[in-house]
This record gives sequence, structure tokens and C-alpha cells, in this order.
Amino acid sequence: MKYLKAGMILGCALAITAPTVQAIEFNQLQPGKSSLAFVSKQMNVPVEGSFKSFRGKLSFDPAKPAAARAELEIDLASIDAGSKDADDEVASKDWFNTKAFPVAKFVSTSVKPLGGNRYEVAGKMSIKGRTRDLSTPVTVTQQGNSATFEGSLVLMRADYDIGGGVWADFGTVANEVQIKFRLVASASTAAAKKPPSNSSQEKNR
Amino acid sequence: MLAIGDGIPRWDMPLSIRAPHKLRVPQKIALPTRTMSPTPAPDSRSSYTRVAIGLHWLLAFAIIGSFSVGLYMVDLPLSPQKLRIYSWHKWAGVTIFLFVVLRLGWRLLHRPPELPAAMPAWQRNIAGATHILLYLLMFAVPLSGWLMSSAKGFQTVWFGVLPLPDLLEKDKELGDLLLQLHMLLNFSMAALVFLHIGAALKHHFIDRDDVLTRMIPFLRNTASGDCK
Repeated sequence: MKYLKAGMILGCALAITAPTVQAIEFNQLQPGKSSLAFVSKQMNVPVEGSFKSFRGKLSFDPAKPAAARAELEIDLASIDAGSKDADDEVASKDWFNTKAFPVAKFVSTSVKPLGGNRYEVAGKMSIKGRTRDLSTPVTVTQQGNSATFEGSLVLMRADYDIGGGVWADFGTVANEVQIKFRLVASASTAAAKKPPSNSSQEKNR
Repeated sequence: MLAIGDGIPRWDMPLSIRAPHKLRVPQKIALPTRTMSPTPAPDSRSSYTRVAIGLHWLLAFAIIGSFSVGLYMVDLPLSPQKLRIYSWHKWAGVTIFLFVVLRLGWRLLHRPPELPAAMPAWQRNIAGATHILLYLLMFAVPLSGWLMSSAKGFQTVWFGVLPLPDLLEKDKELGDLLLQLHMLLNFSMAALVFLHIGAALKHHFIDRDDVLTRMIPFLRNTASGDCK
């Protein structure tokens, strides 16, 4: 009963701000189930890496994709660049300068449906004090109470001054870095407790 | 030159032709032996074939070069230069492996020249074992390097163009283990190469036989006087 009451109050609050009946909204990023990987090319050899620690805010309502938002903060120190040597190297000033710029940040600016379960997400990516526009297609797969947002895009490391000095030559480490993301978000309890109409249905059961 | 006591069976002869050499003197007896052998026995047995000599020296310099580069590169701090050297080392390893395949093929189809008649059996056995181990290591060293590279998560792409399949998944502990193996195999090979070079020099300067000159024919003109 307590929950129902809280749900109703919340539902009412939601009803005020969003008068239309709200469908499910995925807004709880599950970092444990998500992954953020990248592939760099060293001497034309693809080398896989990943970031272990990141967090973000995400909200996605399939009924209102244009209102979707995404914000992601990545702890650059959590990088696995393929080897211990590489992990140490990329923290240096020539690369991420992790001490001065510990976090990379992505903030979405627009989401456009591309048909089906695909969307074009545009936003601003900030790394090492440099902010660049980027956009990427995202595929959304819903499974019950959670949704998976997957996609890949190519960043130019030089755009963010990643890998300067002796590394500036792209012959050894290519400029293009492929980013592969897989973000899993669940619908929050608040969103799961549907607006009044749904709550009343529950009551009727 | 190889007249006396030349009938001792040799490690590197195919079994079918480990017949006493003297039997070849009466040609009618020798003939069946020769036809039974998988490869034709050359008339002149004083030197390796040109191809065998070429492959020997090509691989000798390539292997010593790659070994030295390997020793040098492991302790370098990470830099573009280090990545380049690692790539070259891997490309060299793949190339060496292919030449070793060629070389073994050639070796199986062409009988090497006879060992000096005066060589005692224990020396022939050691020489035989050394050669077999060197061949095994010429295969094992590049293979272990390739597997290590895969286990460490770096695919080998020959000359940056032809990707070799990764036979192993990325696995840090296995990668470290394979590094140890690669080093062990390399140092074993280095020890055998020293034995091999030492023996060749001993044959040339102490025994004064043709063991070295049959692999370096141009030395023979200058050394033939001594050999008599």
C-alpha cells in the first residue's frame, strides 16, 4: 500500500509536468552491464582497449525519442589500452594527460529517429579540454524492463590532441579510433510505477 | 679427399642409404642402393648445393639479426620506434618461418655432403642431434612468438598487410608464459648456434677438414693447401 501511495503521488506529479500518458522510460544506466571499448590501429594492427569506469544519465522513451537525453562521463584513468606499458603511456601529457583532464564527457544535443530501432544521436564530446561535435547511429534493443543502446563511431584522436609529440605521426598509431559502446539502461522504479491511469489498473486487479 | 674409412653410417643420411660408402666402389652393387634412396646422390659430395648454402646463410643472418633485435627491443620504453621494431621483428619471424619451411623441404630432397671419414661416432651423433634440434627450434621460435603475440592481444599482420589468424584468445598469464617459452627457446637456440659455430671452426682450424668449406666454398681455394 505504501508503494502504491508513493506511486500515486509520483504519478500525479508526473501527470502535472507531462500530461500525456507516459510509456516506459529507460533512465537507469547499468554500468556493470555496459561496456565502452575502442579499437586503435598500431602499425595497421587493430588493438582492442576499453574503459572500465564510466557513469552517466540517460533517458529514453521509445514513444518520444526526440526528447531522449544522454550524458556520459568516462574516467580516463580506468583505461585498458592493451598492455600495462600502454596504460601508463596513454596517461601521459602526450596522450590524455589524465592528471589534468581525468574525465571525458559526452552530452547529447539531439536524437533523431532513423526508422526501426535506429536513432541518430548528436552531441558534444569533450576530451582533454577540447570539445567537438559528433554524431553516431544508435541501435536500441528493448528487453522487458531494460534497453540496450549500441553503436560504434570513429573519432580522430588528433581532434582532441590525443597522442602528440613523437606519437603525432599517424603511421604508427592511426588517427582513426573506433569507439564501440554498449549501454544498458533499465526503467527506473519511478517510471515503472506508471502514471495514475496505470496505477488504477493495478488497483483493479 | 674422403677416401679413408668413409663407410660409417651418418646421422643425416636417409636410412635407406646408410650403407657403407665403400660399397659404392663396385658400381653394380652401388646402383640398387642409389635407386632405393628417395633422393639422387650427387656425384660431387664435397659441398652443399648452392640453394642449401644460400638458405643457410640467409637464415643465419636473419636469425642472428632477429635474435639481437629481440634482445634489444624488450627493454625499450614504449615509443613509436618500439612499436615499429616490434612489428619488424614479427614480420621477420614470419618470413624466417617461411624460409625454414623451404629449407627443410630442400634439405629433405637433397642429401648433404658426407661428414669427414675421421669423425668419431660420438661427434657424428652430437652433430646430428644439434642439426635436428636447430631445425626444430627454427620452427618453434617463430611459432612461440606468434602465439605469444596473440595471447598478448596483438595480432600479427605480416608487413602490415596480411593478418595471421590468432590461434589464442587474449590471456595475460598465457602471454607471459609464452614470453618465457619464447625466451627459453631462443637461448637454447643461441647455445646450440654457439656449439654449431664452435664445431665448424674446430673442424676448419684444428681438424683441417672440409666441414666448414663445404658451407663456404670460396674458402676452399685458400684452405685446400692446408687440408691435404
